[in-house]
Amino acid sequence: MPEPLLEVKNLRVHFPTEDGIVKAVDGVSFAIQPGETLGVVGESGSGKSVSFLTVMGLINRKSAIVEGEVIFQGQDLLNVPKEELQAIRGNKIGMIFQDPMTSLHPFYKVGDQIAETILAHEDISKKEAGTRAVDMLRRVGIPRPDERARQYPHEFSGGMRQRAMIAMALSLNPDLLIADEPTTALDVTVQAQILDLIDRLQSEFNTAVALITHDLGVVAEHCDYIQVMYAGRLVEVGTADDIYYQPMMPYTWGLLKSIPLLTAQEERLQPIRGLPPSLIHVPEGCPFNPRCPYVFDRCRVETPQLLPVDGFHAAACHLSLEDRKRIVEQEVLERT
Amino acid sequence: MLRYIIRRLLWVVLVLVVIVAITYSIFFLLPGGGSDAIANRFAGKQPNPEIVAEVKQQFGLDKPIYVQFYIFTRNLFLGDQYGWPGLGKSFVLRAPLKQVLVERMWVTIQLAVGAAVVWLLVGIPIGILSALRPRSIWDRAAMTFALIGISMPVFFIGPLALYVFVYKWHILPGSGYSPIGEDGLWQWFNHFILPWCVLALLYAAFYARLSRANLLDVMGEDYMRTARAKGLNERQVIVKHGLRSSLTPLVTVFGLDLAGLLAGAVITETVFNLPGLGQYAVRSVFSLDLYAILDVTIIAAFFVTLANLVVDIVYAFLDPRVRYT
Repeated sequence: MPEPLLEVKNLRVHFPTEDGIVKAVDGVSFAIQPGETLGVVGESGSGKSVSFLTVMGLINRKSAIVEGEVIFQGQDLLNVPKEELQAIRGNKIGMIFQDPMTSLHPFYKVGDQIAETILAHEDISKKEAGTRAVDMLRRVGIPRPDERARQYPHEFSGGMRQRAMIAMALSLNPDLLIADEPTTALDVTVQAQILDLIDRLQSEFNTAVALITHDLGVVAEHCDYIQVMYAGRLVEVGTADDIYYQPMMPYTWGLLKSIPLLTAQEERLQPIRGLPPSLIHVPEGCPFNPRCPYVFDRCRVETPQLLPVDGFHAAACHLSLEDRKRIVEQEVLERT
Repeated sequence: MLRYIIRRLLWVVLVLVVIVAITYSIFFLLPGGGSDAIANRFAGKQPNPEIVAEVKQQFGLDKPIYVQFYIFTRNLFLGDQYGWPGLGKSFVLRAPLKQVLVERMWVTIQLAVGAAVVWLLVGIPIGILSALRPRSIWDRAAMTFALIGISMPVFFIGPLALYVFVYKWHILPGSGYSPIGEDGLWQWFNHFILPWCVLALLYAAFYARLSRANLLDVMGEDYMRTARAKGLNERQVIVKHGLRSSLTPLVTVFGLDLAGLLAGAVITETVFNLPGLGQYAVRSVFSLDLYAILDVTIIAAFFVTLANLVVDIVYAFLDPRVRYT
């Protein structure tokens, strides 16, 4: 394998609070290769956003204990000086967020906000930056971009704002784009447009993408690799095909079963029962054991490790591979 | 925008008419008020009916109240024999009020604007620094100061300041007003510095708390995270993205605070013996000087309504989401 673009090694992000330590991310390791798309899937509170905010250095280090390594292009981002991190943010790594309604500053024109990003990293005139901002708006499919650039965010619709955010994040042609639930706040029709746009720009700019989402249905066709997170840990990683056709972890099964299918006979969705665990008192053993329909004694005492299934595919589960394959055949894939 | 401003100005006129009507009613309908009571008071030590009648006629109090109200309102907007705006005559001075009011307003303006500069320069930086280091020692000290400032009334802190700086340490001249044109800039400044600071203390404390709370709020906004994710340095993030949106709401508060003071800071003017509008208002109430009271009330109402208009216009420029038609 070539040198990865981003390599996260044994990352832990713990927040000490009055009620105890919140283990938002608890020993996560993964890598992203240049140009590829990694889908990160999990429920709210599974640590997917926090791990990538940590990569960007957007976690307040005063209120969090951060351990591990975040190697980006040979540099450990957890230990670089502030100025170097600022030079990387927005320039080598772009990020877009869940809520485009509140992610743009309401007082500044959209074009100016994009130009501001360019000016933060390149020594060019304001006018040039403005022209490039308009050009970026055009590339993300905003009609009449020169007019739109002079408008304020409140004059944009939600989908248009997310396009503007993407334009801003890609304005310096970054090597990595982190998309933190980019479509969660948008209409379903707009969701598809935004994901297609990210896809198209990814090949145009040859950018690696980390697509964070809680919706397995969203990442299916857009990702090369998928990692499933639960309670701050990785519970299954694999190619998109692995995760969809050979999932090897009961939590992933639960996620797949809760995707609404147009062809499904039964009307009701099958949600994962129970709630995500408290990150202060993570259950003993496998963190998923209180909600797992296949739980047995060992799950309550021993934490399963992420073990290879075949090739790149790995899962953390105590069930034997044979059992899991059988369950997948009988209960999970029958729906699809 | 222009149409909006014109419409709002017409509202100012309407508000002023209503204010005059209310003040008039209070004055004439309240116990101890009314034409007879006023005339009696100005008719000398042993008033007899003829003198009272003469005083009434001289003051225009013999006419029915609605006629008086009409004449006053008309003069206010169209001017009287003393010029525009027609502010009437003082019963006490037996002279037109305009000259007196203008002089006193000038004193009050110097007091209010000076105090505003002090409280903005003190309060907002304290609030910002506190918000940048929440729960630090500095923050706690600053917020303690704010609490003290908010709870200390001017009539306590004013005499205290006079005692310490004037009578004990002799570093400042006593109270009173020293016009800038007569005794020079330094004397003027020395006479004003205590009233400014004393009056500003309450507001500085309030503004410190307000700007701290606003900035803390804004620091948690998504667009602040975006600004950092863009690779801006911390100074740009805070100054351009944080302060801009956290200080804009202060414009509203500031406009109304300043307007309220322009009508007279009664206690401060009294404590420091400054011949301003507030002091005059109190004096006029005690002497039942009808038109003086009306005028001060109208000036106060005028400043407040005007400030509202100015605040709304300024706000539209600062916050693009606010637009008027």
